[in-house]
Amino acid sequence: MIEVKNLIKSFDGRTVLHDLSATFYTGKTNLIIGQSGSGKTVLMKSLVGLLRPDSGEILFDGRNLPDMGRTEIRNLRKEIGMLFQGSALFDSETVLGNVMFPLTMFTNQRYADMKKRAMFCLERVNLTGAESKYPSEISGGMQKRVAIARAIALNPKYLFCDEPNSGLDPRTSILIDELLSDITHEYGITTVINTHDMNSVLGIGENIIFINKGYREWVGDMSKIYNTGNKALNDFVFATRLFQQVREYVASHETTVPPRDAR
Amino acid sequence: MIITTSLATFGRYCLFMRNVFSVPDRWGVYLRRTVTEIVKLGMDSIPLVLIISVFIGAVITIQMQLNINSPLIPAYSVGLATRDIVLLEFSNSILCLILAGKVGSNIASEIGTMRVTEQIDALDIMGINSANYLVLPKITGFVLFMPVLVVLCIGTAFIGGYGVAAFTDLIPVSRYLYGLQALFTEWYVWYGLIKSLVFAFIITSTASFYGYYVHGGALEVGKASTDGVVSSSIFILLFDVILTKLLLQ
Ligand SMILES: Nc1ncnc2c1ncn2[C@@H]1O[C@H](COP(=O)(O)OP(=O)(O)OP(=O)(O)O)[C@@H](O)[C@H]1O
Ligand SMILES: [Mg+2]
Repeated sequence: MIEVKNLIKSFDGRTVLHDLSATFYTGKTNLIIGQSGSGKTVLMKSLVGLLRPDSGEILFDGRNLPDMGRTEIRNLRKEIGMLFQGSALFDSETVLGNVMFPLTMFTNQRYADMKKRAMFCLERVNLTGAESKYPSEISGGMQKRVAIARAIALNPKYLFCDEPNSGLDPRTSILIDELLSDITHEYGITTVINTHDMNSVLGIGENIIFINKGYREWVGDMSKIYNTGNKALNDFVFATRLFQQVREYVASHETTVPPRDAR
Repeated sequence: MIITTSLATFGRYCLFMRNVFSVPDRWGVYLRRTVTEIVKLGMDSIPLVLIISVFIGAVITIQMQLNINSPLIPAYSVGLATRDIVLLEFSNSILCLILAGKVGSNIASEIGTMRVTEQIDALDIMGINSANYLVLPKITGFVLFMPVLVVLCIGTAFIGGYGVAAFTDLIPVSRYLYGLQALFTEWYVWYGLIKSLVFAFIITSTASFYGYYVHGGALEVGKASTDGVVSSSIFILLFDVILTKLLLQ
């Protein structure tokens, strides 16, 4: 479990995160949603220590990140996997090399064992047969999956994903979402996902934190998201034409949108 | 204003160097990367060094002959002057200025690209000291290989001069060869090698620094690469003066 308490972060006097508190649960997919520029990436980068908050606490199962020294942060990071918005695969390494990279840096296994583990992770993300290709030779969706495989290679306790399906077609997005959700439940990972994709929100939003202009506006899960009185959240949820039409349809037919389990 | 910003930059450079010069996480990985960098930065520069040296060696010989074309000065002086110019300045300072363009831009753009595509963040997130992991092998690899480049440069420049002696009638071959050996000061070789080591460090560390702190996108990477080359050239010239004053006087 990761608890964020009263987090404040500003750049050059401009406050981006205002006194933000949130809880991210273990074994659940925790979503941070919000408009572009609302501070999602800044929040995530503060969570993993790439940005230093002005004040506030970030508790990783009780361990406060801002209090940690360099070595402690580096040790904590061995428990963290992160998926970057642009995949951030190492260009000079093959797909297999990328997934094996954390293993070579942090374990003392023999090459054969590391390769076995890497191949297992690649299989887990449905990506076999591409291991000798270079990142520039595979598609964006495949790169994302390699990045997921790399992030889970060391069995992380915490997994952070910055917009895992930006730039992907809707079907591939759903595949990636399901993959993240499955991994989270299978291994009991604390997964935090940044997204502004309503498909993800409705598909895997077990714990949703809505951020608006750096303020935490709303917390809940996917079943509650339609019927909130929060105007900013409503504007966000029903921003796409499709959702507007669904809302009109629902209103005119006097039904409700079924939650995920009923599908 | 310019003073405060330069001081701030220098401070950041020192902090960066402190991160770079820490104990590698994995010695095996570090050694493997160092070998890769020796090949990429050092060995791959050999053709350029050879081509430049042979031509400049020939040109220096011709110019020396034209400059000291007098019955009062012995013919072997051409060989002697060529040798000293090559040993003192060409095989280290000028060579490093040229290599700053090739190696410096290569390093700055490689590291800068890794920065803007978040690959450096990915390293940091894994708990790896990215500055140390990426930069230290480049610095040690290139510094270690620099003497080889210098020696190759000296040798090929002399061959270029020999070509002039052999294929033109500007100076007899025997006089050129005699001049190359006459009044030899061994310290000049050491002086050149010491300078080249310092310059190799300047090139790799400055270019890495500019690449590592890129913000933005491809445009900024290009700018960082130019900045890296320009500042390492300036520092090479500055340290050329300082080291010459210290070592030769
Ligand atoms: N390094 C920085 N320096 C100054 N301001 C920054 C920096 N990083 C982010 N910001 C500002 O913080 C605000 C929030 O940015 P952030 O990247 O978190 O948005 P986001 O919610 O991730 O948006 P998107 O969905 O487009 O990725 C923006 O107004 C941005 O200008
Ligand atoms: Mg973002």
